Amino acid sequence: MSTVSSDSLPGAGLEQPAARVRRASAEDRALVERLLAGDEAAFAQVVDAHQGALLRMAMAFVGNRAVAEEVVQETWIGVLNGLSAFRGQAALKTWIFRILANRARSRWEREARTVPFSALDTDEPAVDPERFGADGMWTAPPARWDADTPERIAERRESMECLAKALESLPPGQRAVVTLRDVEGLDSPDICNVLGISETNQRVLLHRGRSRIRKALERLISGDGEC
Amino acid sequence: MLTCRQLTELVTDHLEGRLSLAQTVRFHMHLGMCRHCRAYLRQMKMTVRALGRAPEVSFPPEVRESLLKRFRDWAE
Repeated sequence: MSTVSSDSLPGAGLEQPAARVRRASAEDRALVERLLAGDEAAFAQVVDAHQGALLRMAMAFVGNRAVAEEVVQETWIGVLNGLSAFRGQAALKTWIFRILANRARSRWEREARTVPFSALDTDEPAVDPERFGADGMWTAPPARWDADTPERIAERRESMECLAKALESLPPGQRAVVTLRDVEGLDSPDICNVLGISETNQRVLLHRGRSRIRKALERLISGDGEC
Repeated sequence: MLTCRQLTELVTDHLEGRLSLAQTVRFHMHLGMCRHCRAYLRQMKMTVRALGRAPEVSFPPEVRESLLKRFRDWAE
């Protein structure tokens, strides 16, 4: 995405329009009603559904488990306090994640970081340019991972550790987007909603984050065995 | 005609279904003729799928209990 924009290819058509953020389902609304009525079982259901993902997301933001736990606690407080104002314009999960993202971002800013969370640095090619010739074709092509399936990769502790390590080392914006998209499975419009970033920004962050992680896995699997 | 390098920059948009029709046609044509890019796309797909298999983050039962207590206090 950094060196090729869709406009530079002759005859490039219009992109597909961005999908809308999915509204809250009937189940979500019913759940919120129950919560507002003080139904503890409903809250247990919500906690069980999202606590793990929230913690993982918070760690993706702040990089530190203890701080992440605090951010998640604050998120639940925010959820309870904001429940009466829930309008269902986004799914409950998206709404909760958004509260988390806001809490995490305030934390980030409070710690006086000067770099904006979702900053895009200068060009970052998906693959080391030295692996291509002057004609743009591979000179150091990727190996085939035929013997590996996603399941096998996931089974091997080494690979999963490499994946976790690679994810942790991403710049925060890339880490947040890859976590939300590929680990948590949120849709693109929901991610933009949660993080307060543009569609374009989200696509570039996803592209760069995934590219870095693939590179790390490649080093492990077909390189020198070091993540 | 797409170069391999160009393709590697379009892979994410391809997987996300965001390429235009014209780009999609070019993408598939190149892929059909280039086993290296097929290998690259496969690596990228496997990376994404492996990320989706990240283990659940666990949390201790005390945390769950304290959250439920907080809810009870709030509900009053």
